[in-house]
Amino acid sequence: MSLITSADSPEDRIGAVRDTPEAPVGEVDPRIDASHGTESQWQLIRRRFAKHRLAVISLWILGLFVLVAVFAGFVAPNDPGDVKARYTYAPPQALHFIDRSDDGWSIRPYVYGYKVEIEPEALRRTFVIDEEKKVYLTFFKRSWDYKLFGLIPTDIHLLGPEKTRDPFYLFGADRLGRDMFSRLVYGTQISLSVGLVGVIMSLVLGVIIGGAAGYFGGWFDAVTQRAIEFLRSLPTIPLWMGLAAAMPSDWSPLQTYFAITLILSFLGWTELARVVRGRFLALNGEDYVAAARYDGCSHLRVIVRHMVPAFTSHIITAASLAVPAMILAETALSFLGLGLQAPVISWGVLLQEAQNIRTLATAPWLLLPGAAIVIAVLAMNFIGDGLRDAADPYAK
Amino acid sequence: MNDTVLEVRGLSVAFPHRKGETTAISDVSFDLKLGETTCFVGESGSGKSVTARAVLNIVEPAVIKAGAINLVDVQAGQKVELSGLDPDGAEIRAVRGARIAMIFQEPMSSLSPVHTIGQQIIEAILLHQDVDSAGARAKAIEALRAVQIANPEEAIDKYPFEYSGGMRQRAMIAMALGCEPDILIADEPTTALDVTTQAEILKLLKGLQESRDMAVMFITHDMGVVAEIADQVVVMLHGAVVETGPVDQVFHAPSHAYTKKLLRASMGLDEAPHGRSTPQSDEVLIETQCLSLAFPSKKKFLKKLTGGVQALDNVSVELRRGEILGIVGESGSGKTTLARVLMGRFQPQEGRAVYHTRDGGTKNLTDKASFRDGQVYREMRMIFQDPYGSLNPRMTVEQIIGEPLLVNGLLKGAALRKRVGELLERVGLPASAMERYPHAFSGGQRQRIGIARAIALDPRVIIADEATSALDGSIRAQILDLLLDLRDELDLAILFIAHDIGVVRYFCDRVAVMHKGRVVETGTAVQICDTPQDPYTQRLISAVPIPDPRKRHLVA
Amino acid sequence: MLTYLSRRLVTMILTLLALSVVVFIVIQLPPGDFVTSYIASLSASGESVDQDTIIALRERYKLDSPVLVQYWAWLSEILVGNFGYSFEMQRPVSEIFSQRIGVSLALELTAVVVMWAVSIPIGIYSAVNQYSVGDYVATILGFLGLAIPNFLFALVLMYICYNWFGVTITGLFSPEYMNARWSLDRFLDFASHVWAPILVISTAGAAQLVRVLRANLLDELNKPYVLTARAKGLTRRRMIWRYPVRVAMNPLVSTIGWVLPTVISSSFVTAIVLNLPTLSPILLRALLSQDMYLAGALIMFMGLLTLVGTLISDLLLAWIDPRIRLGMVGAN
Repeated sequence: MSLITSADSPEDRIGAVRDTPEAPVGEVDPRIDASHGTESQWQLIRRRFAKHRLAVISLWILGLFVLVAVFAGFVAPNDPGDVKARYTYAPPQALHFIDRSDDGWSIRPYVYGYKVEIEPEALRRTFVIDEEKKVYLTFFKRSWDYKLFGLIPTDIHLLGPEKTRDPFYLFGADRLGRDMFSRLVYGTQISLSVGLVGVIMSLVLGVIIGGAAGYFGGWFDAVTQRAIEFLRSLPTIPLWMGLAAAMPSDWSPLQTYFAITLILSFLGWTELARVVRGRFLALNGEDYVAAARYDGCSHLRVIVRHMVPAFTSHIITAASLAVPAMILAETALSFLGLGLQAPVISWGVLLQEAQNIRTLATAPWLLLPGAAIVIAVLAMNFIGDGLRDAADPYAK
Repeated sequence: MNDTVLEVRGLSVAFPHRKGETTAISDVSFDLKLGETTCFVGESGSGKSVTARAVLNIVEPAVIKAGAINLVDVQAGQKVELSGLDPDGAEIRAVRGARIAMIFQEPMSSLSPVHTIGQQIIEAILLHQDVDSAGARAKAIEALRAVQIANPEEAIDKYPFEYSGGMRQRAMIAMALGCEPDILIADEPTTALDVTTQAEILKLLKGLQESRDMAVMFITHDMGVVAEIADQVVVMLHGAVVETGPVDQVFHAPSHAYTKKLLRASMGLDEAPHGRSTPQSDEVLIETQCLSLAFPSKKKFLKKLTGGVQALDNVSVELRRGEILGIVGESGSGKTTLARVLMGRFQPQEGRAVYHTRDGGTKNLTDKASFRDGQVYREMRMIFQDPYGSLNPRMTVEQIIGEPLLVNGLLKGAALRKRVGELLERVGLPASAMERYPHAFSGGQRQRIGIARAIALDPRVIIADEATSALDGSIRAQILDLLLDLRDELDLAILFIAHDIGVVRYFCDRVAVMHKGRVVETGTAVQICDTPQDPYTQRLISAVPIPDPRKRHLVA
Repeated sequence: MLTYLSRRLVTMILTLLALSVVVFIVIQLPPGDFVTSYIASLSASGESVDQDTIIALRERYKLDSPVLVQYWAWLSEILVGNFGYSFEMQRPVSEIFSQRIGVSLALELTAVVVMWAVSIPIGIYSAVNQYSVGDYVATILGFLGLAIPNFLFALVLMYICYNWFGVTITGLFSPEYMNARWSLDRFLDFASHVWAPILVISTAGAAQLVRVLRANLLDELNKPYVLTARAKGLTRRRMIWRYPVRVAMNPLVSTIGWVLPTVISSSFVTAIVLNLPTLSPILLRALLSQDMYLAGALIMFMGLLTLVGTLISDLLLAWIDPRIRLGMVGAN
């Protein structure tokens, strides 16, 4: 590629110089990225995101969570609501794959069974892992009925004990003998979807309000600013609590679910609106937006064709950082008993069981939903951070 | 014979990074002598700033790879080798600010925003000199007086943002000179200033150099400034020194091709103008009469109103067919506001502005409704100043240039692509460029894309808002030549807004000079630049540096 | 400066009023009114109410009048300090309030001080030594601090202390010191209990502060005025502390006000889990039993705390940043 001024430029013209992009005379500019000249914004973003190993790993982890949530029934070996009084507070069983017996070894999944011991001091029944009893497991076991995706009735599960009556508690059992692992799996469904639905609602509110404030300015902007400041200065949890407590107790779990997400999103839209408004204001000052107007574009075209692509990645970043906040909020509410309640299963509801220190002392596996929360929130924060760094590949 | 105070031999600096290192400068050698000004000149990326910073060893994250920097104590006859010293050590810190001081380009961002000017000057004094705080304050006031800041006793307690641009640079100089250094390094100190302010600062620096017998290392990209103040010149390209010598020799007998190129590209007022002194046509395309626009003052709740700004004051200009009209002024003159008013961005409070369309009609530019049918935008097109901000980074070149054609319903599909290819070739880029995104192109190339976008609709008028101000000398020359060709070919009228007098003289037919919102003088380019009548214009023209050391006039 | 202060005060009062409206709406949401739930809770605890009391109560809270009048009645009662009566504790709420308000405030303030004291050195170290091991560790801890919900942290802490050290960390005092007079022993007992809630409450806030400070400081470290300071001959430490840290402090100081809602929220949940004698358990009980007037009063109080905090932080910011103080355009 060469830069040539008109072929027969008269000698007294100053600019009659040839230069090539390989060695443009005197011009060494770090902002030129000639090697990726044909890459669109999304390709650039994807490349930059991939450099964050932590964010990429988190993406895979989150993907795993989502997979588990979608295929909840398939993954859960036991019915989460199934009360088995025989196995209250049964400890978790470790999964083994290599079966050693007297005549060699084979690959066969199994767990160890339980035996009951009476604790002498408190005269309490406790379970202890009995290494004599082996409970063998098979893949694609047929056991309890459920509906895949809520539509297809089936009874095939990923893993289950060969003899259906045998206990299989990967993460232990709670005070009613219910399988913590299965409950955790189903809890993932609710907790993740609360976050997602809440963020979508926040997004809609935030983009519309923030966009209008940023694009049109004037009094609408001033009013929105005040409103956002007001909402941000409120102590959120007490207010959420108040709203949650004010809900009628005779509503169905589904109605409570939607009401909770509505409440959460009502306080969460402010952050997204701020981001959108900020971007609009910044964009309004850009020359290329003015150039689009001078090209003859209508207001709508300027917004949709020229401005929206500039802040889409920022919106995604802000949204992905808002989801963990939603999840944490729902968890806190449910934990205190003000959010979702039994029989709905979410991570917060599960953690309610762990409130008592004595219960915790004997059955610490009740805290495992906490681990799920932390991992999910961490993963989403890392992804959000990675996105934020990659979001504006053109930042000077 | 002046004493040598700094000897640099074979200096090399490189930036380390994960995959190796990038060389910033290699094998740079020069001397600085007391009482002499040595100018380092080159375009962006040549390494001149890095060289300056390497002297004080403040180049991080880069590293000095090789070379010797010897600071000579003329009185004691001793030499200190600087490049080998620990960059954080006490020895080099004793040199910084005390024996070698440095001033930077942007005084607004180079001074701490939360400390007063006085605090910053006094800190430097207390650091290197044995005085108490009262003595330091007295010295600071003296320093401010030496740089000709009025009321130094009051000014010392003000914050940088309360000063004007020129005053801030003076304050920075005062801070640098507080400890009476032997060497002053100035990294493009006047690049961000208006040309009249620049003239004052250059004069000030020369005076201070003489009275204190300092060595000055002055970095710039403006050959005119070099000609005005330099005794020695060092020309740099791609991190290496390509030519050094006394200023007269470099200007009148340059040996390196790059030096010659720089000289040719520096547009002084001696350059043969390409404007036409007699207009080709009498047909008026745009006329404004008595345009006035004041921006309202900032109102604050429960606070007094701060003063408003009269951006345009009774402005009357005319643009005729096929002519290039230059609008020249310093910052705050109103020239950019005029362009925005013509494009319908602002509405004036008084006066009229009319555009005569191709089919003989008239459009009232002061009325927002006139722009609605899009005809004005088809015939009046704009080229912007910032090549990096004027192209949407998320659109391909084809989409950018094709947008006006698409939106006005003129072409689409294959015919559109063909036309875009033609336009690209017309501005000197290959048609294959249309598949790429702007981030693959240099500043000059981007301006060409912007020009292609502007001529896509075959307009009658182009408003160029400082279109070449962000470009380096040689690239600027190319773009101007391109515009001249296009003007001839397409019968364009160009409204060229600029602050660089030399460019305007070379390029424009007629010129209007603006100052604080008013048009103070109009005439042909040659008339205005060679024989200005109005006192402001005279002041402006006389402040323009001439790139010929034999014609010095700024620092007598 | 005075005009700024008066402007902020006016804004604060307006915000409080707006908050009171929101809270009042929340109060009105559950079906029935104060008196019906009052009667319900009375009969639940086995008492009966006579008609006169009912009529008197209705009159007092103007429950048969239009909404606006009710609002005013409620608001004026609150302003006077009358928050109603709590049945579980058999005492006027204002009494419980005054008893616990001291502990609440002390806890919040200590947590805020600890947060600042911890996050500033970590944030500065992290930014100045970017990509070092210390920075890495601090970043990871910061992320963990953000990800782990307060109550979970409290639970895990409880579990670890109980199982591994045999120590219960609930409550603020051991039983024998609960109502005793202040003495050295009581103070030591207090200190041995208070570290747990302070640790939990300040972690999330500190993590946020460290991130903000680190990001701002990283931005400032690359600015030209830092280079100027270096060229003057300052030592690296002085150069960093006097200039970029000083400038990066500004957004940090303004953030402190906005971190306050977080602190109050997190102390809220922590206090419930660790069973601290603050206002939070009372609020929870009020919410669970739908005692909305009490809950409303408490939420208003927390809102007031938050607003006062943000006011203080805004004033602090105006004080230390001359650009805001002298009204420079575009300072923010």
